[in-house]
This record gives sequence, structure tokens and C-alpha cells, in this order.
Amino acid sequence: MQQIINFLIRNKNFLLFAFLLMLSLVFTIQSHSYHRSKFVNSANWFTGGIYGSVSSVQDYFNLKTYNQQLLEENARLRTIVSATKTGDKSIEPLTAANSPIPADSTVQYVYNTARVINNNYAKIDNFITLKGGSSSNIQKDQGVITSQGIVGIIDNTSSSYSTVLSILNSNFTTQVKLKGSEHFGTLQWDGKSPNIVQVIDMQQQAPVTKGDTIETSGKSAIFPKGIPVGVVQDYTLDNSKNFYTLSVKLMNDMTSLGHVYVIENKARVEIEQLENENYEE
Amino acid sequence: MKNNVLKNIMRFVALMFVQIYLFNHINFLGYINPYPYVLFLLVFPFTANRSLYIFIAFLTGLTMDMFGNSGGVHAAACLFLAYLRPLTLRFAFGVSYEYNAIKLSKVSLYGRFVYISILVFTHHLVLFLLEVFNISNILYTLNKTLVTSIFTIILCIVFNILFSRRIE
Repeated sequence: MQQIINFLIRNKNFLLFAFLLMLSLVFTIQSHSYHRSKFVNSANWFTGGIYGSVSSVQDYFNLKTYNQQLLEENARLRTIVSATKTGDKSIEPLTAANSPIPADSTVQYVYNTARVINNNYAKIDNFITLKGGSSSNIQKDQGVITSQGIVGIIDNTSSSYSTVLSILNSNFTTQVKLKGSEHFGTLQWDGKSPNIVQVIDMQQQAPVTKGDTIETSGKSAIFPKGIPVGVVQDYTLDNSKNFYTLSVKLMNDMTSLGHVYVIENKARVEIEQLENENYEE
Repeated sequence: MKNNVLKNIMRFVALMFVQIYLFNHINFLGYINPYPYVLFLLVFPFTANRSLYIFIAFLTGLTMDMFGNSGGVHAAACLFLAYLRPLTLRFAFGVSYEYNAIKLSKVSLYGRFVYISILVFTHHLVLFLLEVFNISNILYTLNKTLVTSIFTIILCIVFNILFSRRIE
């Protein structure tokens, strides 16, 4: 017994080192899997608060760019609205009052806004921190987009902050398709350039050409259909000669994000319940 | 004694602040972000209790991980740095370290350079090995380690020279 205690005392530094190293390796391994530990992340009051206070100063210098982006988005939405208005005038427009369908059942996607307070793009696994958390209806696994294109998926939330698994993260995948056809592939990132992402497993029959637009397929409960992702820059057949691998230039500038939309899918619980039932059988 | 503790806390806060707000966003050539926050661990008093030093190194790394959402990679790297420091001190400054007689501001620039380089390189190697976490990307990892180490070493030496007051 005496010898064991002596041994422990003599090697206490090494044991402390080994114990703490184990702990940090556990955190590291957790961080490399998709659903991560709740413990070490920047969605807490301390880190979130510090990021928030400084980014409000930085925001001030970017106001011009944000205004420009908002104007562009407004112009696009106005075009859509005026296009629908020029239809047949004799049909009375459907309003909440005279609609036969209850209003909330038709709204599947609700958009919440949030401010980016920290953004990374130089690592292999990048995360974004948002001001806005569960108190403003932002929940885990909701999609995050800007007016130009997709940004990522909510990873962790606290009451007023949340972290986003960016598309520039090796764990990020989502289904995308070619605009104007239903051929789909899987979007991922090889960790190299923050402007270029890859689409793998796109069917060889797909009519791909350079300059085609890639958008979300709507096959998951996270992103609605038709959110722009990027433009095809280059494409090759993979080794099996059955699938295309595309490199896609992002429409979003991931290195400069200001304000984002977080998409809440009202039908999500229902879809997932149904899918889980099928798996169980 | 109390003065010393306060000085270290101030140094910690200051270095963390510039690290998180400035050096984490440099992205030189697209992927190089130096990590001069390790200077806090490098100039930590040599006479301090070793267990305490290892624990503080762990907390320093964990703080970086919280801000960077990187799991525990900085914590592991800082632990290696802390554990290997006595060995490196002996290697870089020779026998005078044994008598606790040295101060980083009093040794030659060459000794300082060797000491800082070895520890920064070790730290960065562990950091990027764990961050990339893929042995097939080993060349990318080594390249990133080497280039980032050079930047961090330069910054650490510059900071060290700028902020070390010579006591006559």
C-alpha cells in the first residue's frame, strides 16, 4: 500500500498529464462526429457574450454591404410579387379569412433571422456562431441560409446563442440537385478552398454542363427545395464511371457573412416520425 | 507573489483577446493562422508547481477550444507543451536551469529562440494532427505545421522582446 501511494506521489505529474490528455482526446473525438458534445462549444453565455459584444462594433463597418444585400433581395422578391399580380384579376385573391384551408397548415417553412457573431473558414471543420438561440425558436438541425444561398445547419443551441455546422466542414453533407432537372447528388467539402465545394454521386445520365446552377433538393427535412447553392465549375466521372463528381463555386461568400435566416420546418416532427416508423418495421 | 499572479492573469487575458480577435482571423494564404497565445505558457514562471502548470495549460487550451469549436485539440496540444517544457528548458539553457537561476529575459537570444521553437513546433504538430485527424493527409498536416510554426515563432519572439522589461 505504502509503495502504491509512493508511486502515485512520485508520478503525479505524469498521471495528471495522462488524465487530462485522455479528457481532451475524448473531446476531440466527439468533435469529429456529427452530433457533438454539449460541453465545449461557443454557444454559451461566456464565449457568445464576448463574441457578440465585439461583432456589434464590426457590424457597424459592414452596414453598407448589408444594405446592398437587402436591396438586392427586395428587388428580387418584388419581381416575384409583381409577376403573380399580373395574373387573372377576376379571381378573388385568397386571404386568410376566405381560405378553406387553415392558415398555419399551409405555412411549412418559417424564417427566423439571426446575426453572425463569429465565422471560421480556414480550418477543416468550421463552425459559425449566431446570436439567437432557443428563446428565438432556433433549434438543433434547422437549416441556415442567406439571401444568396445555403450556409449550414444548426449544431448546438443555448438560450440566446447557437453554433452552426458550416458547409465548410468535413462532417457536413446534404442532398442537392441540378436546377431544371431532378438528378441529385451529395454536397460535401474537401477542406481546401472556402469558395469551392464538391458534389459527389451525381448520376452519369444527368445533363451536366459548366455554368449549371446547383440547388437544394428538398429531400431532407432541413432545407426547402430550390435554395441556390452554386454554379458548376468543373466536372469529372469518378473511378467507377457511373457517377459525376462536380466542383461547385458557391454563390454565397462564406468568408463574409453578416445576417442569416434560420429555417424552421413545421412539418419536420411529422416527417421524422413517419420515417422512423418505417425503419422500425 | 500576489503581483506575479496578477501579472499572469493580465497576460492570459491580453493574449487570449488578441488571439481570438486578431490572429484567428488572419487567414494568410487562405489557411495560416498563427497561435501566439502559447507565449503565455512559454513565459509562465519556471519555478511554478509543475502539476499546477499542467492544469493551467489544460485550461488555456480548453478556452481556445471553446472559442474555436474545436473539441479538445488545443487542450491536448497545450498539455504536450506543458509536459515537455522542463525537458526543453534543460536542453536549451543547460545546467543553469537546474538551479532555477534563469529568467527568459536574461538568456541569450539564441537560447530563447531554441526554447521557443521546439515547444511551438511540438504544440503545432499535436494541434494539427488532431485537427485534421486523418493520416492520409499527413503531408498537408506537416506543411501546415511547419508554415504556421514559423509565423508563431516569429510573433512569440517579437512579443517577448517587446514586452520583457530588462531589470538592471
